[in-house]
Order: sequence, then C-alpha cells, then structure tokens
Amino acid sequence: MSQPDAATAAAPPPEPSAAPPTDVIHNIGYRAYEGPRLGRGYARLSLFSQSLRGAYGLGRSAKSKVLPMILLGVMCAPALIMVAVTIFTHMNRLPVQYTRYAVLLQAVITLFAASQAPQSVSRDLRFKTTPLYFSRPIERIDYVAAKYAALATALFLLTALPLVILYVGALLAKLGFAHQTAGFAKGLVSALLLSVLFAGISLVIAAVTPRRGFGVAAVIAVFVISYAAVSSVQGVAMSQERYDVIGWLGVFSPITVIDGFQTWFLGATSAFPHAAGPPSAVAGLVYLLVLFGVAAACFGLLMRRYRKVGLS
Amino acid sequence: MIATESLSKRYPRVTALDRLTVDVTPGVTGLVGANGAGKSTLIKILLGLAPASEGRAAVLGLDVATAGPRIRSLVGYMPEHDCLPPDVSATEFVVHMARMSGLPPAAARERTADTLRHVGLYEERYRPMGGYSTGMKQRVKLAQALVHDPKLVLLDEPTNGLDPVGRDEMLGLIRRVWTDFGISVLVTSHLLGELERTSDHIVVIDGGKLLRASSTSDFTKVTGSLAVEVTDREDELLDLLDLLTAAGLKLRRSGHLLQVDIADEDTYDVVRDAVAGLGVGLVRMEQRRHRIAELFIDPESADDPAGDHGPDHDPGPRHDPDQEGGSSVAA
Ligand SMILES: Nc1ncnc2c1ncn2[C@@H]1O[C@H](COP(=O)(O)OP(=O)(O)OP(=O)(O)O)[C@@H](O)[C@H]1O
Ligand SMILES: [Mg+2]
Repeated sequence: MSQPDAATAAAPPPEPSAAPPTDVIHNIGYRAYEGPRLGRGYARLSLFSQSLRGAYGLGRSAKSKVLPMILLGVMCAPALIMVAVTIFTHMNRLPVQYTRYAVLLQAVITLFAASQAPQSVSRDLRFKTTPLYFSRPIERIDYVAAKYAALATALFLLTALPLVILYVGALLAKLGFAHQTAGFAKGLVSALLLSVLFAGISLVIAAVTPRRGFGVAAVIAVFVISYAAVSSVQGVAMSQERYDVIGWLGVFSPITVIDGFQTWFLGATSAFPHAAGPPSAVAGLVYLLVLFGVAAACFGLLMRRYRKVGLS
Repeated sequence: MIATESLSKRYPRVTALDRLTVDVTPGVTGLVGANGAGKSTLIKILLGLAPASEGRAAVLGLDVATAGPRIRSLVGYMPEHDCLPPDVSATEFVVHMARMSGLPPAAARERTADTLRHVGLYEERYRPMGGYSTGMKQRVKLAQALVHDPKLVLLDEPTNGLDPVGRDEMLGLIRRVWTDFGISVLVTSHLLGELERTSDHIVVIDGGKLLRASSTSDFTKVTGSLAVEVTDREDELLDLLDLLTAAGLKLRRSGHLLQVDIADEDTYDVVRDAVAGLGVGLVRMEQRRHRIAELFIDPESADDPAGDHGPDHDPGPRHDPDQEGGSSVAA
C-alpha cells in the first residue's frame, strides 16, 4: 500500500528505549492533542445524537433513509388531510382527538420501532462495535440510556409531528384556542409516554439478537400479536356485555396500555369496544403502574443484557 | 505506564490470569502468549472493564478498579476481532469514535483526518468500510485507537489476518506510534518473532502466568541463535569454530552445524565475513528462535537446546515450532 510504511518496516530493529515522547525532532507531521477532553457526559450525548440521527438514516447510506422517511410521511399525511378538510369545510372541531391519533396510526409507529430498534442495537452487536464503545469513557448505563433515549426521541418526533400539524391547522381554522391547546398538550403527554414504552419494548427484543431480520420480525410480532389478542378477547367480552372486563384487558398490549392510561388520566375517549376504559380508580392506577413498570423493567433488562458484553 | 501486582482472573472453569506481576515502562512492549494465554483478559482488566479476582493493576498511575472512565479517556484500544460497521465510511466512524472519547466536534474531525493519513488511508476513507481489505480495516481499527491522542494504546493482535507484507507494514506503523507520535504501546501477539523487531520490551505469559519479562535485547541473546552449515569439510569447520570463538562469539557444534548465539546485529556480519575469509561454501545460515514454552529455561541451561525440558511444560499442539523459526539468509 503506502510507501512510507513499507520503508519504516524495513528499518533496523529498535534501539532499546527509543526517543522520549517530548523529542519533537522526530514528530514530523504528528500533532499532539492539547485541547479539552469532554468526558463521559459528552460521550453519552454524542452516542445519543448519533443514534437519534441514525433512526432517520442520517449519517448513513441513502438507502437507510428511505423507510424512516416514508413512515414519517405516512404518519403526517392523514393529519394534513384532516387539517385541510377542517379548514375548507368550516368544521367546528378536528375530525379526531389529539390523543386518538397515535392509536389510529399504531401500525406505522410499530413499523418504525420494529425497523429502527434493531438498527440501533443489533448492528452494534453484530459488527461487534459494542466493545469499542465500552473502551471509551462511558459506562454501561450511559450506553443503555443513550440508546433508549435516542429511540424514544425518534418515536416522539414521529408521533408528535402530526399533532403539531393538527394543532397549527386547528388554530388556522380558528377553533377554540384554550380547548385546542389543552387537547394538544394532552396529546403530547401521551405521545411521550407511548414513545418511551414502545422504545423500551422494541429495544429489549432487538438487543436479544445480533440478527437484524429476527429483531424486526420479533418486534412486529410482539406488538401485533398482543394487540390482536387483546382486541379479540375484548370483542368476546363485548358480546357478553362485560364492559369492566374490556377495561381491564387493555393492560396486556402496549398500545392499549396507552389508551387506558390516557382515558383515565387525560380524559381521552377510549378506542376500546364500547369506549370502555379502565372501570375504576384501581384499574386506572394499574394502568399507570404497568406503563411505568414496563418502561423501567425494559431499562433494567437492557442493563442486564449488556452486563456480559464487555470486550468479548 | 502499567503496573500489575499479583493480578489474577478466574472464570468458573479456567484461570485466565494467575498472580501476574508486571511493570510496563514507556516504549513499545510486546505481550506474547499462545492462544488462551490470557492476553485479552489482561487488556480487559487494564481498561477497567472486568474486575480482577485478586491483586491490583494501575494504568498511568490510575487504579483500574476505581478510575476506569478516566483511564479509558487516556488510553486507546484496538480489539482483536472485527469491529467496523460495513455501511459507514472510515471518516464517519473514526469521527464518531473520537467524539466518544471526549473530543469536541471540530477537533474530532480534524484529528480523524490527520490520524487516517498517518495510518496510510487516503481517498478510500470516504468509502463504506464493507469494501475494505483486511489491511485497510486493521488500519482503521488502529486509527480509532489513536484518534484521541492517548498516552498509551493497547493493541490486541494487530497483525491478525495480514499477509507478510501487510504484517511488516503494520509492525512498522506500530513502531512509529512510539517513535514518531510518542504514544506508548502494549501490543499482543502469539508470535515472539514478530514482536522482537518492534518492541523495546517483551513480556511472555502462558496459562496466565508470567514466563519472562525483559528488554528485547536481553531476549535476543537468550532466544536467538544462528545455525550455520558449511560445505562438509571437517578442517574448515574447525577453523571456522576457532575463528568465531576468537571473535568473541558463543557457539557450539552439533554434527556439521554450528549454533552461534546472536549477541547483536553484528553477529551476522562476523559469521559471514569469517565464512568468506576461509573460502568455504555456506550451505545455510538460519536464525532459530525457541518456542515460547522453552523460555522457561534460564540462560544457563539454555546452552543445551537439545536438553530435556522436564515433564511439566508440554508445549502442546498449539505451539508450532516451525511458525517461530526464523528467516533464512541467502548465501
Ligand atoms: N468471559 C469468559 N468466560 C469464561 N472464560 C473466559 C472468558 N474470557 C476468556 N476466558 C478464558 O480465559 C482464558 C484466556 O483467554 P484470553 O482471551 O485472555 O486469551 P488470549 O491470550 O487473548 O488468547 P487468543 O490468542 O486466543 O486471543 C481462555 O482459556 C479463555 O477460554
Ligand atoms: Mg486474545
């Protein structure tokens, strides 16, 4: 390859204990770094921003931008249409509640989480980049926190952007400011919680395997199967008019946990059959506990997952 | 640079490090050991990534048990395995790794460009790394270890998978890391031969135990010998024996081979001149190195390389004597 290296390789064996580091005569071309070393917090932030950008394909190949950008577009398109309809038909309210939007478009959110969680963690495992990270000033918790926060933020952008579109549209259509602002704020809160929950679950699944394809399939399967199961059992309960059972069943799938939570705490209208949200204060509290418990458990599981990774 | 004291690492089934006490001074230090000798385990502990079962270790005066992050911001690490994502360019990857080491964005970019140039990567650095040759990948791995201008780099088998030319280039580069950049190096290999040329000091471990630690020049005295064979005439062989003894070389005869201990660089020239002076034909002159396990023998008994090695150090199939044999010198 390059000539200079070949030349030095042929040089005579080293004299014992060569030039001291301060001997600048030999340092032709090499400049020592005297600037700041920003340490652990900065390194964690760098990993966060790299992972967040990576979730939208930024800093990666053109090909990897395609899917996340399409999903972002698909996520925002209905909001744009709704806004247009509201403005041009002079409706006096938006066609959908802010808190309902994510529930309607849960398939898009699931696809995004399923494609980007493995992108974020399986790649590091597969190409064995993780040991390089741990040879830097960061600790395990920094890696897990940065990856978790990055995917949650990416999902929040995905779920909050259409809400912003709806809100701006609502104001343009001169709908009631106070009412719209309250609805928008509640929508953001639930979008944030949804993002944290979805990010945690999909990262835990993706971090199990270095195979990206498996990760994608497994994340989709968990979200879709759990939702299908909850919905169909809720359907059975509906036919038997057991509305309280419907309200309880929601704790068994991620999106219905969000639905139950926002129904009880944010005054949203539930998307469950018969709009049967949590039947009691106890049930509402259980939704809260499940939501935060699962998110915390996911963080714990990720910490465990990387306990052994070290340098091996 | 590095000091360990009775350092041990026990896994449930194996003892990877066994009461290892070494002291690594500035310069290039070669850490030699067969597969499973504990080289990578030692590096892991030095980076503060695995707790020692027993004993202590300090890197740059910092305790590995308590100052892991601080050590890792001042030390570079090149792993033995592949670690490069294929769909990212070398520049992007090394910039990211520089930032992970705490360099601000502008400095990270600047030092990445410099470092990639120093390791000999030019236009290729903007291409995705999936298309790189093994040699280029090893250079990127070295660059990411150097990019934050560490005080010390730990290189785990950097010549792994390289052909002889690539190996020489890599060893030359490693030498320059110390001589030109002023960064101390701990480099591992399972070949003593290749580290002899690069290192100021050699540490040999086997089964997690320290076999030897000394400066390379001491090492060569003990481990290097030159086998000289001349055209089969008894008188000339005796003359040569006398001549070389008179020149102050230590040697002995076995059959029509002369085993000359290599004292220094000039040994080759002395032998060559003596052979030429006598006008005998040189059949071969070959540098021999001992197998790693033979380093158990202290210099005194090393005079008899054919002597029995004792029952307790079986070199095993993993030590391939041919691999450590030296290079022939054409007559
Ligand atoms: N995480 C681990 N769990 C159990 N045993 C381990 C672990 N890591 C290493 N070992 C064992 O410790 C011993 C030393 O391993 P190590 O990787 O340090 O050797 P090495 O000198 O780097 O070998 P190589 O030349 O193959 O890289 C081996 O017997 C290995 O099997
Ligand atoms: Mg190893």
